Amino acid sequence: MSRESSPLPEARWFWALAAAGALVALAGFGAAHYMEEHGHIVTGMNNQIVWGMPHVFAIFMIVAASGVLNVASIGSVFGQAAYKVRAPLSGLLCLALLAGGLFVLMLDLGRPERIIVAATHYNFTSVFAWNVFLYSGMFAIVAVYLWSLMERRMNAWSKPAGFAAFAWRIILTTGTGSIFAFLVARQAYGTALLIPLFIVMSFAWGLAAFLIVQATMFAWNRLALPPDIQRRMGNLLGLFVVSVLFLVAVLHMVNAYFAKNLAFERFLLVDGGVYPVLFWGGYVVAGSLVPLVFLWHPRLAGPRGLVVASLLVVAGAFALLYLFIIGGQAYPLDIFPGYATRSTFGDGAFQAYVPSLPELVLGGGGLAVAFLITVVGVRVLRFLPQDDLRPAPAAAGAK
Amino acid sequence: MSDVDRGRRQILAWGAAMAGVTLAPGVTLFDLAHGRPPSEPASPKVRWGMLVDVNRCASDCDACVVACDKENGLPGEKTPTSAQWIRKVELKDMRGQTKSLPMMCQHCADPPCVDVCPTGASFKRADGIVLVDRHTCIGCRYCMMACPYKARSFVHEPVTGQRPDVPRGKGCVESCTLCVHRIDRDQIPACVEACAATGHKALLFGNLNDPASEIAQRVASYRTTAIRADLRLDPGVRYQGL
Repeated sequence: MSRESSPLPEARWFWALAAAGALVALAGFGAAHYMEEHGHIVTGMNNQIVWGMPHVFAIFMIVAASGVLNVASIGSVFGQAAYKVRAPLSGLLCLALLAGGLFVLMLDLGRPERIIVAATHYNFTSVFAWNVFLYSGMFAIVAVYLWSLMERRMNAWSKPAGFAAFAWRIILTTGTGSIFAFLVARQAYGTALLIPLFIVMSFAWGLAAFLIVQATMFAWNRLALPPDIQRRMGNLLGLFVVSVLFLVAVLHMVNAYFAKNLAFERFLLVDGGVYPVLFWGGYVVAGSLVPLVFLWHPRLAGPRGLVVASLLVVAGAFALLYLFIIGGQAYPLDIFPGYATRSTFGDGAFQAYVPSLPELVLGGGGLAVAFLITVVGVRVLRFLPQDDLRPAPAAAGAK
Repeated sequence: MSDVDRGRRQILAWGAAMAGVTLAPGVTLFDLAHGRPPSEPASPKVRWGMLVDVNRCASDCDACVVACDKENGLPGEKTPTSAQWIRKVELKDMRGQTKSLPMMCQHCADPPCVDVCPTGASFKRADGIVLVDRHTCIGCRYCMMACPYKARSFVHEPVTGQRPDVPRGKGCVESCTLCVHRIDRDQIPACVEACAATGHKALLFGNLNDPASEIAQRVASYRTTAIRADLRLDPGVRYQGL
């Protein structure tokens, strides 16, 4: 059954997917409206845990957005042909994930209607203010890059545009890592190591997101990913996953060596309730070691193994971010070193946090925005990687 | 001197007398109050600060907290989501000795909240008071992440019972203003007044830059502590006996 002979069912599928994405995005808007009407009292956040589940979603998407562009950079900057044909899809996913992340970040503000204030009042000592420029610059640079890739007359500009996008995406992830690296007072943050960690995390999470979308598009078009490309991309993902593991291990080892941070590390990694479970079970085992088995075990490695590994890497990313953002705030701030403290404001107390439904729906809405942009993008423009396209064995058999 | 001139002089004299009678009470009041007129900016020559004498602060007393809530129209509930501009912290050291002290915005000379605020809503006045501009705060809570003293609160619910001097709003971040509205009328912060009324006199407010002020003299004569001094933020609130 060829695609040409049955355009209607495919069109229907497109509209069904687009409608589903739009509905979830709309639900995200609804959740944000509910939060704005009632205040953040309807979320699980409080004066101790001031950034919650929406930030986990938003930071995942923003970090992955810059990482997904790596695929294009490997093609345009480092001249790898197999990656160059994937550059347009990589650029589209970058825009989609960035839009999804900003959707969540902006709608979680206490005063989302004042977003124009953030666009007109800048305090240049603030990493957030730099990020406003970095995010809007990213949209502009990637748009120009996509234009240079997809418009024949502009092709000559694709290399410099690719260089600019590569440089910008590294700076952008530096900006995202700096949000936490510049927090001097908290045990969980305030280290320059977070910047390379965020950059490496972006490599892994962005590539995982790319591989999931690529696999879906290939399956949709009944195409098989050439085995050599599949192997190369799988190896690259494995390398990135190992790199993140290495930097996460270094971060926690250095922190645990400092006597002042030992209790905090114990909380995160040993006896902090949900956080050690998320770290060891969620991030280390399910999000890193199992994906490596799926990528490198001779029996499991393959097209399906690549998708399973990518999905697990994304799940591990959420576990790690939850631990990093929420666990980092749940541990009491050490305001009076050497004293045990208590107060009506949570001094000296471990803070509980349970994400509420509106937070989860808002986060899901951000993912839906990214999904919707991707679905519409691949429908209206040629984003399908055009390498040595071969029909999948089953489809070939059907013909 | 002609009659016309004499008449003119009389009118001028009456006019001057009337003006004097009209202005005198205002001038006298102004002299008494030394308040800063609204048209005059805060002076960088002044550094408002507070000294907390921990030895005088009673563990069972929360008069400063109650006064702050009343003065600033805060709800007074003590939940994880309620606004608490000042709180009593109970400390126990390794020998089991306990201390009690009030904790609020430390009005740092180099405030991290001001550094990280993307819109400039968090700002430091020339006289050292750290404030939030409620018109430009977008509620991102980055300042709350940055504050080493956990001094800021996010308004989680619609606000009722606001005081005219202290505008508040759902979705914004807020913290101790050092009762800036009272300072500008040459009154001391509500917590300091309430502490004095209990007889504890654990709080002393004044101009740290004025060598003749009691606070400057006590800071110069006694060992006082800046909380998290390792961060070198130069807080305007100092603690004695910690």
